[in-house]
Amino acid sequence: MAVANIQISETPLVLYTLRRADDALILGHRLSEWCGHAPTLEEDMALANMGLDLLGQARELYAYAAKVEGKDNDEDKFAYLRDVRQYRNLLLVEQPNGDFARTMVRQFLYAVFADLYWRAMMQSKDATLAAIAAKSEKESAYHVRHALEWIIRLGDGTEESHRRAQTAIDDLWSFTGEMFAVDDSERGLIDAGIAVDPAPLQPQWLKTITTVVNEATLGLPASNWMQQGGRSGRHSEHLGHLLSELQSLQRTFPGATW
Amino acid sequence: MTTPNSPLWEVFIRSRNGLAHKHVGSLHAADATLALQAARDIYTRRGEGLSIWVVPSSAITASDPAEKGMMFEPAESKIYRHPTFYDVPEEVGHM
Amino acid sequence: MYTQALNTSDADDRNVEDAARAAAFQARIDADERIEPNDSMPAAYRKTLTRQISQHAHSEIVGMLPEGNWITRAPTLRRKAALLAKVQDECGHGLYLYAAAETLGTSREELVDAMLAGKAKYSSIFNYPTLTWADIGTIGWLVDGAAIMNQIPLCRCSYGPYARAMIRVCKEESFHQRQGFEIMLTLCRGTDEQKAMAQDALNRWWWPVLMMFGPPDKASQHSDTSTKWKIKRFSNDELRQKFIDATVPQAQFLGLTIPDPEMKQDEAGHWLPGPIDWDEFKQVLSGNGPCNRDRLAARRKAHDEGAWVREAAAAYAAKRKRRQFAQAAE
Repeated sequence: MAVANIQISETPLVLYTLRRADDALILGHRLSEWCGHAPTLEEDMALANMGLDLLGQARELYAYAAKVEGKDNDEDKFAYLRDVRQYRNLLLVEQPNGDFARTMVRQFLYAVFADLYWRAMMQSKDATLAAIAAKSEKESAYHVRHALEWIIRLGDGTEESHRRAQTAIDDLWSFTGEMFAVDDSERGLIDAGIAVDPAPLQPQWLKTITTVVNEATLGLPASNWMQQGGRSGRHSEHLGHLLSELQSLQRTFPGATW
Repeated sequence: MTTPNSPLWEVFIRSRNGLAHKHVGSLHAADATLALQAARDIYTRRGEGLSIWVVPSSAITASDPAEKGMMFEPAESKIYRHPTFYDVPEEVGHM
Repeated sequence: MYTQALNTSDADDRNVEDAARAAAFQARIDADERIEPNDSMPAAYRKTLTRQISQHAHSEIVGMLPEGNWITRAPTLRRKAALLAKVQDECGHGLYLYAAAETLGTSREELVDAMLAGKAKYSSIFNYPTLTWADIGTIGWLVDGAAIMNQIPLCRCSYGPYARAMIRVCKEESFHQRQGFEIMLTLCRGTDEQKAMAQDALNRWWWPVLMMFGPPDKASQHSDTSTKWKIKRFSNDELRQKFIDATVPQAQFLGLTIPDPEMKQDEAGHWLPGPIDWDEFKQVLSGNGPCNRDRLAARRKAHDEGAWVREAAAAYAAKRKRRQFAQAAE
């Protein structure tokens, strides 16, 4: 690679902020891949809107991470000059779009979580995080609405759409546990009233997911085995390909301004 | 293969409170819920609205332009419906 | 422009129209009245407009592909957001335009099917590849610049729904050209490599952009009726000249060279281009451009892979209606 990775002082607050920023960037990037290829023009518009919401969240969070870190990193250095092992997003959001059912299931599983999470974060003692959460919550609330309407239609639509939606749930389910995991770095911030403790959000998350999945005549997998690793940079193979595309210009032309 | 037609909807948006909903365009959606979401995603991207109505295009009954004479011209001669028809001396002031 | 393939005449259709009604229609047009969907109109007017508006819509939708090619590779997050928003706008514009075309009595699905079957045209410009990031700047600066030149007069076109769609489109597009010019300016003030990238993109796009305005006036058959019906208000050559005159100083500002050694300025200040290669234009329009096959393949793939989603939504809507009836009957 022509340009070296940046170094980051991952203090707990920087790491915490980067994790949320990476979730938003990677999922937003995935949604942006749909642009021009969606099942209807109306849905093309919707997917781009959600992608732009997430991209906006990522940028605010990166800006805050840069401020907290106090080095000369910025949103673009965080996005373009970290490799796979330095990315801190959930495994769920980096999973490929697949068909429309997979994209909607991924969106649904994440958005229901994100909405609860942002709502809790609005109470953070960190004023910047609380403000970002207040803005993001309105966006994620709509993402929930949009995704759940589709889950219901795909599940209760045709045989084919039902099969595709069920396959997507079965394949993505093992990536949901990571959303509720907490490590030592985050524990301290939770105790200080800055970070959100995700554990208490899980029952509500599961309740919403179950209600919608039932209404969609779909089911949740029996297996409770959950994959972990995204938060500490142990990703699926998919992320490397995403990053090589995302970062290609910045890596090819060292130090250029765009 | 011929793609089956999907229902067409007309979209009306209230740009701010105090104003009436105004027709802004159309879209395709399988049902009312998806139509409302699509209207939000298509027609309010630049903060154009505070309230949206979607109406199935098939639910609209329109007057026939060919009957314009019968429908609308009789109103044109009723000039006494307008305030300017009446003479009030200027010294009376605004009325 | 986006409807540049409109070169056949519909004059024959008018023989079947009642002469008196045609005259009354023309009188309305001459009085600058707007024609609305349910109004009586000559069959040829309806046909010409359906074709022009749908070609315009196809162009917006196919036009998402060359720029969409760079959304995942945009070099900064700011550029990425702007590009995604811009390409999304193109989708919206296609959508508005299909809706305008539908008011003339042909469904969006029929119009799209014709495009996917290769039976309908779209703008030749989108059959060229986007090879570098500078192509994204150039498209915004020149392709959108050319489109705006063409679209502003369409805001006053005689057909109400088309004119209203164009007003919305023009309002939204106002950021597109600026976005492109800003990319070019950044490249031109950047490294030598970036500047070379910008010049290379201009070299590749300049002539195809001039072709966007359609064949020269003396070779364009349809312009007469379109002008008479106030669908078209300026000729291809007039718009092309206006575009060149506006663009040359911008290129000079960027420090870029227009790739036309024969270009010269006349006494009135107009920049007169060298000869345009109309054979290339014809080839691209007839399907032999560098990307015609890729573009259609991409649209067909999206359409085919989306079929089960559209079917699912329709099936669910039908089921729910049945359930509601059943409930009401209880």
